[in-house]
Amino acid sequence: MDASHFLVSLLNGLSVGLLLFLLASGLTLIFSLMGVLNFAHASFYMLGAYVGATVAAGAGFWVALVVAPLVVGLAGAAFERWVLRRVHAQGHVAELLVTFGLAYVVVEAVQLVWGRQPLAFEPPPAVAGPLFTLVQAPAGLTLAWGAAPEACRGEAALVCTQFPALRAFAMVLALVLLAVLALALRATRLGLVIRAALTHPQMAQALGHDVPRVFMLVFGAGTALAALAGVVGGAMRVTEPSMAQAVGPVVFALIVIGGLGSLAGAFVASLLLGVLDSFAVASDRSLADLAAALHWTPAPETAALALWSVKLSQVAAILPYLLLVLVLVLRPRGLFGTREG
Amino acid sequence: MTGHRIRAALVWGAYALALAGAPWLFDSSLALTLLSQIGIAIVACLAFNLLLGQGGMLSFGHAVYSGLGAYAAIHTLRWMAAGTLALPVSLVPLVGGLGGLAGAATLGWLTTRTAGTPFAMITLGLGELVAALALMFPTVFGGEGGLSADRVIGEPVWGISFGPAWQVYALIAVYCFVCTAAMYGFTRTPLGRMLNAVRDNPLRAEFVGYSARRVRYRAFLVSGFFMGVAGGLAALHFEIVSAEVLGSLRSGAYLLFTVLGGSGYFAGPMIGAVLMVLSGVLLSALTRAWLLYLGLAFIAVVMIAPGGLAGALAGLMRAAAAGGLRRLWAGLATLVLLAVAALAGLAAMVEMLYQRQLDAASGPALNFAGLSLNAESADAWVGAALLLATAAALFALARRRFAPQWAQELAR
Repeated sequence: MDASHFLVSLLNGLSVGLLLFLLASGLTLIFSLMGVLNFAHASFYMLGAYVGATVAAGAGFWVALVVAPLVVGLAGAAFERWVLRRVHAQGHVAELLVTFGLAYVVVEAVQLVWGRQPLAFEPPPAVAGPLFTLVQAPAGLTLAWGAAPEACRGEAALVCTQFPALRAFAMVLALVLLAVLALALRATRLGLVIRAALTHPQMAQALGHDVPRVFMLVFGAGTALAALAGVVGGAMRVTEPSMAQAVGPVVFALIVIGGLGSLAGAFVASLLLGVLDSFAVASDRSLADLAAALHWTPAPETAALALWSVKLSQVAAILPYLLLVLVLVLRPRGLFGTREG
Repeated sequence: MTGHRIRAALVWGAYALALAGAPWLFDSSLALTLLSQIGIAIVACLAFNLLLGQGGMLSFGHAVYSGLGAYAAIHTLRWMAAGTLALPVSLVPLVGGLGGLAGAATLGWLTTRTAGTPFAMITLGLGELVAALALMFPTVFGGEGGLSADRVIGEPVWGISFGPAWQVYALIAVYCFVCTAAMYGFTRTPLGRMLNAVRDNPLRAEFVGYSARRVRYRAFLVSGFFMGVAGGLAALHFEIVSAEVLGSLRSGAYLLFTVLGGSGYFAGPMIGAVLMVLSGVLLSALTRAWLLYLGLAFIAVVMIAPGGLAGALAGLMRAAAAGGLRRLWAGLATLVLLAVAALAGLAAMVEMLYQRQLDAASGPALNFAGLSLNAESADAWVGAALLLATAAALFALARRRFAPQWAQELAR
């Protein structure tokens, strides 16, 4: 892998990681504040993408970026108010079960409204093309803004690698949100009330704060974050009925790896998974290659050889879960977790 | 014999009679395959509920153990057919149980290090891992197409070849009865009781000197074994196993129907298992929106009747025993009627939406419960919406009046 590919793979991985973090942050926020594991979180992500695509078709991508999270956040708050709050007294398992049922309902409802086919969701021209192109010449690495320079087409000695503008935008958006979130939780009065409602709900209630309303707000905000990730992710990847199923388990694995309830852990684990995935997908190495590099040839038994010759790109999809197992064996509380599960 | 011994003998006798008599009552070949699937599902849902109901452990990846059991059984059948292994076919489900046990012994060691919500998430992750791995090694797992085998091997023993479907059903029924009894017995063992203690208060259980983790792990092994038996029975019944038996959809179905049936009651998962097979085969043939209805029904049960159907039935029986049904039946009938009316309104709208979105090519007309509706006409939409709104509002009102009455009857 040459330097330009390496850099762009790294950036791609970071952008996927930051998108995952947008999702994980909403989930972690809800979990750490309310103790509720929102099983339908990825469904809100999907809903965000679909609502976003519809709004974008009428009013443009930038409007969708604001409207879709608002709409989905309201739906999330309504769900908390009318459904989740009623089972709160039955404990966390009942709350989890209700969100589990919601996941079914949302996926089916989305197909009901938008159909079973993938939706066309194109990013706007401003972020559609490549942001820059890395040109690897024998003389060294140069950077050209915008689309690929003329030289790339003619000369075989040049290796040109592009980085899409939408991914750069997703990175900036996620970082800005992270900063806003951290600031809002730490420095504002609302953040103070939220943190108080988390640790001492009765005391906060006794001091005159409406704790149930705080929970509704938090749940709405968490689902809005998921929807925001959905709008960006839907434009970046595909908008289709199975998109929730594709990302949901990964986000769960991710927040266990990072340590349940830890925003910093979720951040590190998101970036780690994003980068790991990006490099694994681009690699066609296998265990057999590793063995060959160590001057050792495995015995040619069929079953074992099947395991040996699986390419890294083929296992990319299970890397999050392998990492999950590894973390569980070495450190059950997760990378940044503070307590045992 | 004391009173409750007689009652227990009656209940188990009735259960055995139901298993044995069902094929005579419903004797079509579709009914026989449904009954076989129900028997398999009963074993699986009970095994799943050993963790959820008895141990408070919510697993999102439990299809893995029944799936591994199914693969162990299908490979055994293939070896038996190839002559490398000699084993009576009737013992193949036990091999499946060992497969499930082996899977539970390795993966359970990881998952039972945690409890509560982290346990749920980790089982989900491991389930995804195994399902993805299975697709990665098609030589072992057969990939999407799956592995098939023939259950008729060698000479018939006592005239039983397991060729005809009823012979397989008989085997499934015997296994189902024995497994049910064994799992019920398990809840009465010291380990089963400790599992309840660990569910209710792990700290106190630890203080008395039991390792909560070890209790959970052992329960996980027991559950994994019975899941494997269910998988082995399924392999015998279908004679084919594909990678989807390990997947999250299957795991979700076990969870969904166990809770619908009632995870707090021993018989709850059995009711759930019957629903699971009937809705998977009959409801899905009736409407394309069946998963939507299922999800809504699930949410409604968790919200309104946390004890599931078994809980609602138990409540009714208690009320009946106290003679309260005379006072309750009017209110109950009103509630049921209103619920059915509201559901009819909702279902009509859902079906019309489906007609427009997914089946537009065949025109706007559809047949709904004997009525012919037009998905394009405003009348149908307004009518359905009005029905839904009024019935739902009346239901909420009636329920508000009924709930205290119901609680009063139960408290008698």
